[in-house]
Amino acid sequence: MAMRKGADVIVETLLKEGVDVIFGIPGGANMEIYDALYRINKIKHILARHEQGAGHMAEGYAKASGKVGVALATSGPGATNLITAIADAYMDSVPVVFLTGQVPTFLIGNDAFQEVDIVGMTRPVTKHNFLVKKIEDLPLMIRQAFYIAKTGRPGPVLVDIPKDITQTMTDVEIPSDEEVINSLPGYKPHIEGNPQQIKRAAQLILEAKRPVLYVGGGAVAAEANAEITELAELMKIPVTTTNMGKGAFDERHPLSLRMLGMHGTYYANMAVYHSDLLIAVGSRFDDRVTGKVDEFAPFAKIIHIDIDPASISKNITVDVPIVGDIRSVLVRLIEEIKNKNSKIVHEEERKAWLEQIDAWKKAYPLSYKPSDKVIKPQFVIEALYDVTEGNAIITTGVGQHQMWSAMFYKYSFPRQFINSGGLGTMGFGLPAGIGAKVARPDKDVFIIDGDGSFLMTMQELITAAHYNIPIKVIIVNNAYYGMVRQWQELFYNKRYSEVDLSFQPDFVKLAEACGAVGMRTDNPKELKDVLLKAKNIEDKPVLVEVIVDREENCLPMVPAGKSYKDMLLSDGKNVEAETMYLVG
Amino acid sequence: MEAVNGRPKREIKKGETRKHIISILVNNEFGVLARIATLIAGKGYNIESLSVGDTSEANLSRITIEVKGDDVVIDQMIKQLRRLIDTIKVRDLTDVPRVERELMLIKLHAPSHKERDEILRIAQIFRGKVVDISQDSIMIELTGDSEKIKAFLNLVRPFGIKEMATTGKITLKRESVAEETQD
Repeated sequence: MAMRKGADVIVETLLKEGVDVIFGIPGGANMEIYDALYRINKIKHILARHEQGAGHMAEGYAKASGKVGVALATSGPGATNLITAIADAYMDSVPVVFLTGQVPTFLIGNDAFQEVDIVGMTRPVTKHNFLVKKIEDLPLMIRQAFYIAKTGRPGPVLVDIPKDITQTMTDVEIPSDEEVINSLPGYKPHIEGNPQQIKRAAQLILEAKRPVLYVGGGAVAAEANAEITELAELMKIPVTTTNMGKGAFDERHPLSLRMLGMHGTYYANMAVYHSDLLIAVGSRFDDRVTGKVDEFAPFAKIIHIDIDPASISKNITVDVPIVGDIRSVLVRLIEEIKNKNSKIVHEEERKAWLEQIDAWKKAYPLSYKPSDKVIKPQFVIEALYDVTEGNAIITTGVGQHQMWSAMFYKYSFPRQFINSGGLGTMGFGLPAGIGAKVARPDKDVFIIDGDGSFLMTMQELITAAHYNIPIKVIIVNNAYYGMVRQWQELFYNKRYSEVDLSFQPDFVKLAEACGAVGMRTDNPKELKDVLLKAKNIEDKPVLVEVIVDREENCLPMVPAGKSYKDMLLSDGKNVEAETMYLVG
Repeated sequence: MEAVNGRPKREIKKGETRKHIISILVNNEFGVLARIATLIAGKGYNIESLSVGDTSEANLSRITIEVKGDDVVIDQMIKQLRRLIDTIKVRDLTDVPRVERELMLIKLHAPSHKERDEILRIAQIFRGKVVDISQDSIMIELTGDSEKIKAFLNLVRPFGIKEMATTGKITLKRESVAEETQD
């Protein structure tokens, strides 16, 4: 192998990993890497305007494509600016490799200019991280980072690279796949599901009277949507998907219950509550899903299929744990069911169960009071669904607009709905949307944002304009930190403490100043036309400001720490008064 | 479907809070201990004793940790410890027959013959070793499990402890017991 700089080794290794785009910002400690990118000139680079933006772009790219995203920052503040995106990727199991420059090895620990211990700081929010101390380790550690990020339960991996390492001349070889795997004896990501447990699960499914499939982001990561659909249709099991699991099962399918949990549908929550068998697939019983743990699915036996042993029985003790790759477990589970001639034991009860669910769907569909005077925020999402014919990739910020986007757009394919679930990072939508559009230029990418969320990373609109990335930002503008305001209304007696955002920029002028197209509407009658106009602009990013009813609430809602039986419905009623505890 | 009275509840598993002893085989690399300590601290638990040392393989170390906590939380913590890339093997040895040792060095006041003789006699019974002696003090080295160390301390405390240091516990599973399940 010829002699070349460490920085060149980094670029060679990235090429070997199939990296075609990097999101990042240059600085003192990573200049050698930027010089190698310039000289070798084989990897596209998107220059973000803030490292947090670069991190979310890499996440959006990874979430939309299923490939590993790459973000690159310099040492010190460049690295600390990445941390929110790193934590976000950790919470939502997104495969991203974060590369950071570091001060030269001989200055580490000296409080050098732009030095922070980023490896120490990111230890609790990465799947793994590395500090490269020897040039010989450089290509191996980067390859290990990619391998760790994308296998098992995916997650972010950070590689911190001191400047002198990038400058050292070396003839080090890029290690082979086998060498990478053998170098990690403590990491065994490929797990086969236990055959006995799969048999037990099949038996429980055949014997269940009121089964529900509860599908999370793990099913999307494992690309198990076909198997989920096959299992649901074969056994006539209704399917609820979490915020992260959306797209693993078509929400337009008659067996779909849509989302469950805090802002889930009435019928999903009722079905889970009354079920006698809950089949959790790649989901982690998050508190936003379960509410009050001891009243979550109190009649149900639980089967839990997950790649991560640490997720099993973490919040709720399960009856049949199956640790393994979700797709291969489901394939074998379906085989097992077919071996028993797919014979459902309690046909009558199963029929009655589906009828009961239909009755719940009819009693309380997702709804809101329409208006022809003001634009209802829910109407914005419905209109967008119509205009895009349900085919766009949607990214969002965090807050009311995010939950309305989850409720009123029906998702039909995996990786269609991209948002910050675990960490709940406001400002995620715009940069993630840019990353998604870079990954999927064939798709319309709409960013549904709140006015509060948008302002947290709005500088990335300049990035989108710089590269003519034709994303469409829809700002659902209620001039509030709306979700906080909603909680203040419901739980703090309308004491609206520091949530009013009515002092705000002129978003149309702001868009134009950034090099994007700006539009505004407050008229329900022209909304669809405006959205269609935005959809058809293909050469520039577009920002549409939609002025909505300010104090609309996001309902239904299960208040934090309460049970599904305490759900507040959109007409202001409470479930407790509405239904009895019915069990067949 | 028929009506059920009251609000039905799911049973939530609660563990007993007690001391656990966890043995972890790790890659001998920098940052590994910090990773493990961060994970344990993240649960709000305090490490009561800790020892790190070599194993028969050059690139592996064994970390033995004693931590007090709820059985369920500790079980979750062990799964998370196993998930770390640098951990090769993690075992909770709390309920496993095992050999357990710690080492203590203790410096006692011994200004006269009488006290030195007394201390020597106690040390002998406990198979302690005298490792240093001066005009007014005596230093003993003692190994054993924590019960033995505690018993010895109770006996010598009246002489006056000038200084003492103990290592963390080290432990290995006993092989001489039948019907042990491997994990």
